Amino acid sequence: MAKYAFFLGCIAPLRYPGIEKSTRVVAEALGIELVDLTNASCCPAPGVIRAFDKKTWIAAAARNLALAEKNGLDILTICNGCYGSLFDAAHELSENKDLLADVNEILSKIGLEYKGTTKVRHFAEVLYNDIGIEAIRSKIVKPLEYEVAAFYGCHFLKPSKIKQLDDPENPHILDELISVTGAKSMPRKQKVLCCGAGGGLRAGFPNNAMKLTETNLENIKESGAKYIIDVCPFCHLQFDIGQKDLGYTFPVLHLSQLYGIAMGMDVKELGLSAHQTPVTL
Amino acid sequence: MVTLNPDFVSELATAGGENAKMCFQCGTCTASCPSGKNTAYRTRKIMRMAQLGLKDMIIGSDDLWQCTTCYTCEERCPRGVPIVDVVIALRNIAVANGKMYDAHKKTASNLIKFGHTVPINDKIKAQRVELGLPEVPPTVIANEKAKADLDVIFKATGFTKLIG
Repeated sequence: MAKYAFFLGCIAPLRYPGIEKSTRVVAEALGIELVDLTNASCCPAPGVIRAFDKKTWIAAAARNLALAEKNGLDILTICNGCYGSLFDAAHELSENKDLLADVNEILSKIGLEYKGTTKVRHFAEVLYNDIGIEAIRSKIVKPLEYEVAAFYGCHFLKPSKIKQLDDPENPHILDELISVTGAKSMPRKQKVLCCGAGGGLRAGFPNNAMKLTETNLENIKESGAKYIIDVCPFCHLQFDIGQKDLGYTFPVLHLSQLYGIAMGMDVKELGLSAHQTPVTL
Repeated sequence: MVTLNPDFVSELATAGGENAKMCFQCGTCTASCPSGKNTAYRTRKIMRMAQLGLKDMIIGSDDLWQCTTCYTCEERCPRGVPIVDVVIALRNIAVANGKMYDAHKKTASNLIKFGHTVPINDKIKAQRVELGLPEVPPTVIANEKAKADLDVIFKATGFTKLIG
């Protein structure tokens, strides 16, 4: 049985707990054992914290990586931001021994050491690469007939030089993960356009963030999609909350929630009451 | 009068943006930038200003903060410049010089206060319990010792002082 340290991050457990719950249920159904990475902090957020002070960002990320390493487990994330931060930090620390030594000097103050062995994985990528489409297909009990928009976000696939998961300009992983449920991923313009939330934009420059969100929503509407399926709680939040002011009403589901529905989870367990845009299934 | 500062490239390198000098100003980044379509942010221009050492102009402008870190520019850059790393390094320099937006500072303060960028609230606690999850997630917010450890890191890196 595949076993991972489950890294919760901030937005899922503290704003959309249904994403956390669905992930736990779906993972179990697919034979993935999730062990809570207890005492973990924010990844920390790449957009603001890395932009503010890289030294702090990498030291706090290394603490999270070291906690998983101590448990002998690789990390599984359900958020592109956490994936971006932790994957990038682990990569930098494996490439730069001087940086690793500097970080370990800080970690030694709290009795921790990071040896550099933790691998960082994204839930969607583990499903695609390790579990496989056919094994997922065998667990689908309620085939879905939704027409949906596959929303990849940015830090799931990019920078592709180090992530090496899929074509960053025209990806297909999420489309396949969606299609296996019976739902139809509708082709659309600017498929990999940023949701607008990243880089500190949502907090600092919401007007610009909302323009990017609106362009995405226009493209999604034009495609004929009725739902937005994401793999990142921050994209999820940006669409779920952002579209209210823009006059759109697309139900927004994280991939784990879509899988929960298709695998026969009780709808009450999806945590849809936390969504600002009502979700009708 | 604009003063060029050739030494700025070294300062930028120390902050993690040493590859800015590889940029040969083709403009693919600007043409690819989704944020630049809505604003005056021009990625190529920021890269050129960095090469020329126009530090005050860079850190004194909103433009630097319009990047969503979507990596589209970096994916398409024919020189393989890690453009987002350069932007991040420039932001680090801006922040070290006291240029912080209040909204971003709040996110940073949340991290120091809670160990997360957003606080927990009663509504979420109730929703978590309803879902059969622990009322408070088993992270740093559920453990004072873990939070104290995180504080040690923030003090050691100077982050606590930086945010104030």
